[in-house]
Amino acid sequence: MDTTAQHEVAHEAPLSSGPRLTLSGISKSFPGVRALHNVGLSLYPGQVTALIGENGAGKSTLVKIMTGIYQPDAGTISIDGQPVTLPSAHAAFGHGITAIHQETVLFDDLTVAENIFLGHAPRTRFKTIDWRTMRKNAREVLDTMGAGHIDADARLKDLGIANKHLVAVARAMSIDARIVIMDEPTAALSMKEIEELFLLIEFLKSDGKAILFISHKFDEIYRIADRYTVFRDGEMVGEGLIKDAGQSQIVRMMVGRSVDHIFPQRKAEIGAPVLAVSGLSHPTEFDDIGFELHRGEILGFYGLVGAGRSEVMQAISGITRTSGGTITLEGKAIAPKSAADSIYAGIVYVPEERGKQGVVIGLPIFQNVSLPSLKRTSKSGILRLAEEFALARSYTERLDLRASSLSQDVGTLSGGNQQKIVIAKWLATAPKVIILDEPTKGIDIGSKAAVHGFMAELVAQGLSVIMVSSELPEILGMSDRVVVMREGRIAAVYDNKGLDAETLVRTAAGIAA
Amino acid sequence: MTDTPAPRHIPDRLDKPLTSAIFSWEALLVVVAVAIFAVNSFASPYFLDAWSLSDLTFNFTEKALIALAMALLIISGEIDLSVAAIIALASTMMGMAVQAGAGMPELVAIGLVVGLGCGAFNGLLVTRLGLPSIVVTIGTMSLFRGIAFIILGDRAYKGYPASFAFFGQGYVWWVVSFELTLFLVAAVVYWFLLHRTSFGRRVFAIGNNPVAAQFSGVRVGRIKFILFCLTGLMAGIASVLITSRLGSTRPSIAQGYELEVITMVVLGGVSILGGAGSILGVMLAAFIMGLVTFGLGLLNVPGIVMSIFIGLLLIIVIALPILWRRVRRERFA
Repeated sequence: MDTTAQHEVAHEAPLSSGPRLTLSGISKSFPGVRALHNVGLSLYPGQVTALIGENGAGKSTLVKIMTGIYQPDAGTISIDGQPVTLPSAHAAFGHGITAIHQETVLFDDLTVAENIFLGHAPRTRFKTIDWRTMRKNAREVLDTMGAGHIDADARLKDLGIANKHLVAVARAMSIDARIVIMDEPTAALSMKEIEELFLLIEFLKSDGKAILFISHKFDEIYRIADRYTVFRDGEMVGEGLIKDAGQSQIVRMMVGRSVDHIFPQRKAEIGAPVLAVSGLSHPTEFDDIGFELHRGEILGFYGLVGAGRSEVMQAISGITRTSGGTITLEGKAIAPKSAADSIYAGIVYVPEERGKQGVVIGLPIFQNVSLPSLKRTSKSGILRLAEEFALARSYTERLDLRASSLSQDVGTLSGGNQQKIVIAKWLATAPKVIILDEPTKGIDIGSKAAVHGFMAELVAQGLSVIMVSSELPEILGMSDRVVVMREGRIAAVYDNKGLDAETLVRTAAGIAA
Repeated sequence: MTDTPAPRHIPDRLDKPLTSAIFSWEALLVVVAVAIFAVNSFASPYFLDAWSLSDLTFNFTEKALIALAMALLIISGEIDLSVAAIIALASTMMGMAVQAGAGMPELVAIGLVVGLGCGAFNGLLVTRLGLPSIVVTIGTMSLFRGIAFIILGDRAYKGYPASFAFFGQGYVWWVVSFELTLFLVAAVVYWFLLHRTSFGRRVFAIGNNPVAAQFSGVRVGRIKFILFCLTGLMAGIASVLITSRLGSTRPSIAQGYELEVITMVVLGGVSILGGAGSILGVMLAAFIMGLVTFGLGLLNVPGIVMSIFIGLLLIIVIALPILWRRVRRERFA
C-alpha cells in the first residue's frame, strides 16, 4: 500500500478543478444483454456525483467495472488524467478506489480493527501483525470520522448496519482511498442514521475525496450531491450540476418517453368471484387473511418488504403450509399440499426470485416452459418433443421473447427475457388464477411493457391475476383493486378509482391519514 | 433493448448436429476406448480372443448395473456411497437363507428386497429428514456392512444351490454372459427412463435447480426417494450376481465398489454437481474401466497398483470434464 501513499502525496497539491476519475466510451455486454453502451462518468475531488437510473439501467455493472470486478469491452478509465487499467479488485484498491455497498462486504467474525486494516495491517519487525498499533490506528481513524463510539475490538457482527457502514468508511480512510463509491448506502438505514451518514459524507468531501453516490431517493440526492449523471437502458442520457436541474427534468431523463406507454389501456369486465380466501393463517408470517378475486380482475397486493405478501401467495399455491383458513376456487374448497396440487387445481404462482425459484438454468428454453406442463405434453410418461416445442413456441412468441432458438440455455438470456420464460412456463399450464410476485423487478423497460401488455391480454381473456408489487406506478397503473398488507395482516382494500400513491404508502406504513 | 435482432418466429434448434456430436464427451470416450483396446491387443497376445473379451465383461457388469441408477441419482444432485455395503448385507441375508434351506427363487427375491429396502432407508433419511445424502450414506455404509460383519464374523456362507450359479456364471448364447445381457437390457431401460420420459426430464430439472423444480410442480422428494430405491435395487441385483459368481459370501464382499461405481458415472460425463449427464456416456465409461483393469490384469500388474490407478482415474475424470466444458464453452460461446 506504499504506492498509494506516494500517489497521495504527489497529488495532494492544490485541488485541481479537473476530474479525479474519468470513464469514457465504456461498453460492456453479457451473452444476450448489452449492459452498458458507450457511457461516460466523471468524479471530481471534494464533490459528490449522484448516479441515477432505474433498475437495470447499468449502474451496478459500472460499479463493478470501477472496482475491477468486470472488464469493460471498450472504453478508457483515467485517474488524474492518466489512463489506467483495473484488471482486478486488488488493482482498483491500489488506485485508491473503494466501494461501500448496500449490504456491506466486510467480515462478520473479525473485529472492527481487523476489518479496517485487513490486507494492510501494520507489521512488527518480525513481519507479524502489530496488534497494538493496529488497534491504536483504528481508534484514531474512527475518532477523526466522529465515530469514536465504535469499539475497535468489537466483532463486526455485533454492530448495526449503520455502524458497519462507518467501519467500511473507516477502511476507505485507512487506505487513503481517493475515490469512494457508495452503492445505495441508505437503503437499510433509519432517518437518524442517514443524517449521520450525510455528516460523514460532508467530512469525506472536505477531505477531498471524489464520491459516487447511488440512490433511488431524490430527497437524498438533492440533499447531498453536487453533480448528477443519469443512465437509462445502459446508456448515459444526461449529466450536469444538481443545482441546475429540476427533479422533473431528471425523472424525464430516467424513464424517457416510454413512461407513457408502460401501462396499457384496458376495458375491465369484471365477472363473478373465482377465488375466495378466508381466515388464512400461518404461525409466524401472516394472520386472518381474507379476500376475493373476480374473473377478469387484476388484484394488486401492496405493502412494505416483509409484510407477508409473498408468504400468503406461497401458501395459496401449496408451497408453504398454513395453520388455518380456507381457500375456495370456483366454489370448491381446495387444500393444496404442494405446488403440483395447486397447478392441477388451476392456481399458479410465478415467484419473485427469478434465478432461484423461476427458471432452471442449465436447461433449454423449451424444457423450462414445458416443465410444469409435462403431464400434458407427455403421453403415459413418455416425452413428446413436438408437443413441447409447440407449447413453448406459442407462449414465448406471444410474450415477444428474444432468443436465437428454443434450444438455447435460459442462462444465456437477459433478465427481462428470462422473466418472459418464467411467466410463459406457468401460463402454459392454462391456469384459472395466476399469481405474479414482483413480475417486473429488475427487468428493462421494454420487457416491462411486454409483461404489462400481456397481463392486460390475460384478463381480457377471462383469467384472474393477483399481482404482488412494491412499485407504486405498477400497482396504480395495472390493478383494478388494491389490497394493502401490513405486518402479516390485511390493512385495507381499495378500489383503484382516484386512488393515490400517498394513501397506499400511508396505509402500508401504518401512518394515520 | 434488444438482445439479438430476433425474428418473431423462434426456431426449435440451431445446433449443427454433426459438430456438437464430434465435440461431445461421448465421442471422446469412444476414442479413448478404441485407443485402450488397441494398446491392449498389442500388449498381450491373449487379449484378442472371444473368451478373453467375454471374461473382460465380468470386470464391469456388476458395478455398471449400479452405475446406471447411480447416474440418475447423481444427476438429481444426490449420491449413494452405501451401495457396496448394500451388496454385502444383501449377500449375507441370502447366505442366511441358504442355511435355512431356501431355494433359488427365494434367494433372488431376498437379494432384491434387501437392496430395495436399504435404498428406501437411505431415501427416507434424505427426503424426510432433509439430511445431506453424502452424510447419510457414509453412515449407512458402515451400518449395512457392520450388520454383515456381526452376523458373519470371519466365517463365510457357502453351499448355494447349483441353479443359483447361472446368474453370475451362465451364458445366454456362446460367449455372451447372462451378466452382460442383463447389463445391456438395463442400460436400454435406463436410457429410456432418463432421456425419453417426463420422469427423466424432472430428474434433470431437480439437479439443475431443485427450488425452481419444486415451484414448477415437480414432487422433488418423491422423485429423489424413487432414485434411492432404484439405486438400492440395482445394488441388490449386483449382490445376486456377485454371490452367484463367487458361490460364497464373506462380509468383505465388494469392498470399495462404491468408488469404482462413482468413477464410472463421473467418467461417463455425469456432472458431480448434478444436472447433466447421459446413459450412453456411463456405458462407454463402464467398458473403458473394464478394458483398463483387464488389460492391467493380463500384464500381471499387482492389485495394489490397480487401486492406485483407480484413484488417479477418479481424480482425472473429475477434473477433465470440467476442463473439457470450459474448452467447449470457449469454442461455442
